[in-house]
Amino acid sequence: MKPQFSGRNVFDLDDYSREDILYILEAAKGMKEINLREYKKIPTLKGKTICTLFVENSTRTRMSFELAANRLSADVVSFQASISALQKGESLQDTVYTLNAMGIDLYCLRHSSPGSPQLVHKYSGKPVINGGDGRHAHPTQALLDIYSIWEKKGDLNGLKVTIVGDILHSRVVRSNLIGMAKLGAKVTVCGPKTLMPSSMESVYDCRVEYDLAHALHDADVVMGLRMQFERMSEGLFPSLEEYSKHYVLSSQTLKYAKPDALIMHPGPMNRGVEILPEIADGAHSIIVEQVANGVAVRMALMFLILSGSGKV
Amino acid sequence: MKTIIRNASIYLDGKLEKKELMIDGKRIAQIANKIFDEADNNIDAGGACVFPGFIDIHAHLRDPGHTYKEDIRSGTLSAAKGGFTSICAMPNTDPVTDNIASVEYIQLRAKEHGSARVYVIGALTKHSLGEEISEMATMKSGGIVAVSDDGKCVQNARLMLSCLRYAANFDIPVIIHPEDYALAGSGQINSGKVSTRTGLSGITALAEEVVIARDIMLAESAGAKLHIAHISTARALQLVQQAKDRGLAVTCEVTPHHLVLTDEACMDFDTNTKMKPPLRCENDRLACIQALKDGLIDCIATDHAPHADFEKEREFDHAPFGIIGFETAFGILYDRLVKTEVIELSTLVDNLTKKPAKVLNLPGGEILIGAKADLTIIDLNASTTYTKENILSKSKNTPWLDQTLASKVLYTFKSGIICYKDK
Repeated sequence: MKPQFSGRNVFDLDDYSREDILYILEAAKGMKEINLREYKKIPTLKGKTICTLFVENSTRTRMSFELAANRLSADVVSFQASISALQKGESLQDTVYTLNAMGIDLYCLRHSSPGSPQLVHKYSGKPVINGGDGRHAHPTQALLDIYSIWEKKGDLNGLKVTIVGDILHSRVVRSNLIGMAKLGAKVTVCGPKTLMPSSMESVYDCRVEYDLAHALHDADVVMGLRMQFERMSEGLFPSLEEYSKHYVLSSQTLKYAKPDALIMHPGPMNRGVEILPEIADGAHSIIVEQVANGVAVRMALMFLILSGSGKV
Repeated sequence: MKTIIRNASIYLDGKLEKKELMIDGKRIAQIANKIFDEADNNIDAGGACVFPGFIDIHAHLRDPGHTYKEDIRSGTLSAAKGGFTSICAMPNTDPVTDNIASVEYIQLRAKEHGSARVYVIGALTKHSLGEEISEMATMKSGGIVAVSDDGKCVQNARLMLSCLRYAANFDIPVIIHPEDYALAGSGQINSGKVSTRTGLSGITALAEEVVIARDIMLAESAGAKLHIAHISTARALQLVQQAKDRGLAVTCEVTPHHLVLTDEACMDFDTNTKMKPPLRCENDRLACIQALKDGLIDCIATDHAPHADFEKEREFDHAPFGIIGFETAFGILYDRLVKTEVIELSTLVDNLTKKPAKVLNLPGGEILIGAKADLTIIDLNASTTYTKENILSKSKNTPWLDQTLASKVLYTFKSGIICYKDK
């Protein structure tokens, strides 16, 4: 049976089956082809209105969503918390009621609070694509990561994926663990114990390693995560230097991985902290392509949710 | 004025007995198989049970200061609907109940408008800021039954020792809300599988346990009576067990929600599953049930904490902690624990009546001839659906909204007067 997407929310990937995900990847492939044309626009969503509701700031992700919507010819309105009524104390509920009255068809939400996409859907009755909710989920990032691997490797089944860094605060990791497991990848997460959530192995289908060499052993895909400076003041690690000494992705440490291992990073990168330029800019790095694929994946989701025809 | 309750099972000494009960004025006058007196008011209980009025030693009435959430009138009405005839008001009002005038305000309001008796708990420290000892001896002479900074926790061990020594001096029980702020951090729910999965930041069980360990040691040194509010973890219960084994004056309570829910309930981001201490894991819940059965836990208390819809209807990590509890306390525990034969009916009733009375040395809690007629009549075979329309609290923040639970409160009497009657 053909997967149904019309009107669906994208809160996280647990609601999406392996077949659903593969279908989205195929759709994204078609969208990527459009993005490579000279005239990068199709009329599919003409007359639909998409709102990027960014209660937490993120220029890159918002641009990616807006570009995706524009290329499908949807009308796009952008709501940014820093310059809006939320700043003046308006509740999310009232904000959504107001936006809804203007006839929004789809919301793309970025918010610091886990579970807020569910609230926006509850208040609006419209589908919501989660563009990141606190530490909870970032399904479009996970889909673009999966797409990027799928495009290069053809299939995720049996691939060893190692994700290194601040696992505790990462929504990217959480969504990737769900999505990648559905496609049969074997994921290892690695970072210092103070940046590892409790009970990881009983919540997700994954392996936890605290030692980078062990974690990278035989990996087909290696993903670095941004190490945030603020975690030092929270008493979670002593210094970027010491972190780097033990967890940086370098040509030294990557010798444990497969020689052709793909190098990924959701950005923004701290060069010299979690990844060295030799790796970030190296032959196997697909970090820049991930960004391009992000637009394609978001186009695919908007298209599938709003058009419902299932044809690219 | 005489009232006779007929066709009822009366809860006497842990057992239900088919008898009739007569109230004369404020007091219970007769309990017999058949009462032949003439009464002004005859109540056919229809086979329902007559229990001692429930006693809640932990509630937030929000009056003065936050009367949009609750006030003494609505709070005591809600209590009466839940079968409670005596409740203890926590001092985190605005202003904080840390002085004799504030104590008298609550007593006066309760006397004028109260559908239940209200006992006042005074603040442990001035303004509950955890900096200076409150005027607790003066408040005691004004009638407070305990002191507490509930909702807050004195972080400074030296001050806590001093508070405990001072309270011991005047024989005032100290109720603690054990929470180490640094360990709890900005946590929203229990630290564990669910916090990992939802990305909501976790509150480690250690935040509760280290303060309990500390305060047991301090209370022992001070010779104070220590009551631990809303205990929620297996390890915390072990600490209480050890203290009791050593003969210390340490008691503890558990809430209905910690007995029937776990952090799994937070998976859907329902802000009515957000409270402090947070809902813990299944292992902790089972330990609480076992401790209740063993008598290690001294009583059940609701931690009734009203919040308005507009406060709870928002992002999970922006919503306040706490749920209402009066109206659902008996129903949820009867439905989930007694009907399913996890605990005995008498365990539930005793932990809502004579046991909490004993913890704070309050009157009531038993059906005795000559005692004040504080009673509640409950039909165990009926059921109640809790809706925004029929909840009497001003606030509707309960995880059991729109659910139907076994049992229904038919009447509640305070000093022989009907304070609640089912329509």
